[in-house]
Amino acid sequence: MHLGLVLEMVHSGYGSRTAVTVGEAALDYAALAERSWAASEYIGELGVPSVVYIGGNDLAYPVALFGAAGAGVPFIPLNYRLGTEQLGVQVGAHPGSLVLHADRIAVGSDPGRTLACQSFLERTHGVAAAPPPPVDPELPCILLYTSGTTSAPKAAVLRHRHLMSYLFGTVEFASADEDEAALVSVPPYHIAGVANLLSNLFAGRRIIYLDRFDPELWLQTVRDEQVTQAMVIPTMLARVVTHLDGAGGADAPSLRSLSYGGARMPVQVLQRAVELFPGTGFVNAYGLTETSSTVALLGPDDHRTALASDDPGVRARLGSVGRLLPGIELEVRDESGGRLPAGEAGLLFFRGEQIAGEYAGEHAGRSVVDDEGWFSSRDRGWIDDEGYLFIEGRADDTIIRGGENIAPAEIEDVLLACEGIVDAAVVGLADDEWGQRLVAVVVPEGPDTVTAEQLKERVRDQLRSSRTPESIEFWPELPRTDTGKLLRRQIVARLAAG
Amino acid sequence: MELKAGDRLHSAVSDTEVIVIKTTGGNVTLTCGGLPLVPAGENGARGQIQPGQEGEVLLGKRYVDEEDTLELLCTKPGLGALAVDGRPLGLKSAKPLPSSD
Repeated sequence: MHLGLVLEMVHSGYGSRTAVTVGEAALDYAALAERSWAASEYIGELGVPSVVYIGGNDLAYPVALFGAAGAGVPFIPLNYRLGTEQLGVQVGAHPGSLVLHADRIAVGSDPGRTLACQSFLERTHGVAAAPPPPVDPELPCILLYTSGTTSAPKAAVLRHRHLMSYLFGTVEFASADEDEAALVSVPPYHIAGVANLLSNLFAGRRIIYLDRFDPELWLQTVRDEQVTQAMVIPTMLARVVTHLDGAGGADAPSLRSLSYGGARMPVQVLQRAVELFPGTGFVNAYGLTETSSTVALLGPDDHRTALASDDPGVRARLGSVGRLLPGIELEVRDESGGRLPAGEAGLLFFRGEQIAGEYAGEHAGRSVVDDEGWFSSRDRGWIDDEGYLFIEGRADDTIIRGGENIAPAEIEDVLLACEGIVDAAVVGLADDEWGQRLVAVVVPEGPDTVTAEQLKERVRDQLRSSRTPESIEFWPELPRTDTGKLLRRQIVARLAAG
Repeated sequence: MELKAGDRLHSAVSDTEVIVIKTTGGNVTLTCGGLPLVPAGENGARGQIQPGQEGEVLLGKRYVDEEDTLELLCTKPGLGALAVDGRPLGLKSAKPLPSSD
């Protein structure tokens, strides 16, 4: 199973249907496939070992991705927002690559192998290319740098067979109606961006790329283009909700499905969003880069049931990531590897055909999948008696205070539910007496909206005194990655520096 | 033949191509139009559709046996009915997951 199969199928199945649009520019399915085949030929002739992509959501993105896949070399999308220095390090880790870049980004050590996205796209125009021969499904297809919230970013390796297992396991070919359009604003170097592209193309949807996210532009595009599906990260939805403050509704009746994932979604934001988009089905997708995207999801019916329920256990599922996809297995284990029953929190191990769990570069060859195929996600969580999965956060973020394991998310949820609090993070700082002490950093809505004492009291009331932060700091904003993940390392460093 | 997930097979009677999505292993005979499927890329002489084996394999559709132990996905459409050990394969009723991306 190699990625090229997807192109051959959409080429013969959808032909003149629009595949991708960026502003006024568009490619239909036949053109996308043919340009990708031309790109494979070009990349093959260059004889490069990989293709590095430093650009945004552009027509060149799918062409370069499928072009590299057809040529049998890995596609490596990098975060174009990184500084020149960091980008230089990441490009340098893939010597000899063809480097494709947006004009506004200056990079490239070898001018002979550095090309602007636009020039690359022009080279694929008007070339009569045939589908390249099938490539070995074992070959690395995409290298994706992980967010690096707890350690330096690593390049996760996804082979053709992993991505194809995900695609064939979750999406039906031609399942989209001809009028369906997906609005994509997640970045191309994120697993959600890759999965999004493959799923929407396979289903036959028109993909509308937004190169930069802005709540007004996003809403206007949904209305103008009659968008039927969209995927956002929680910070984007929070900005849409804030933008619509005071409005009765989002006025976006065409939107059938709105999926979110990539970071924790505050329940308050979700509840408000459901009110603003009354006709829209919400989907929470949970997965990691190393698991080729989604492994569990909370569907529209789950959202409705949870919202309508008086049972606190059922209602709490709004904060879960739903149930496992077919073909995915999960074990919750304690620190010594023992299996835990439903209801008990521990380390999450996943198994399935789409799960990769290996890295490139200095980490190469050190797979984090054991002999039985279990991938150690380093996420902590638990399942309830009906199989709904609740994520507590990264195991590395767990705070150990006086021998007690504390998940920051539990305390953060209480703080976020307080009136006047926009954002919250809880971290552990080294402490002589307790090992670690709890410090909360909150972002207030305005000056003097709430005091540290009031917040501590809320936590003490709802949890217990050992989970009450010893101190609470007020910051204007929290450091997050551009996909919305908290950068706890930076928070700890800033607090430790005083 | 011994099947495994990911195998790509070509019809001996038409352009039909399928990929194995799910199998419980074991030695089975997969046919299209009554003649055994061959590994894609090893296309030999094309035969005739056998009487009673007429049909059409549709692009992107999934085909399963009654016990749901075998699932094929059509990657190239063509003529001929699909069967495993003489038993016809049926169209899988699609129960799509909510679109998560």
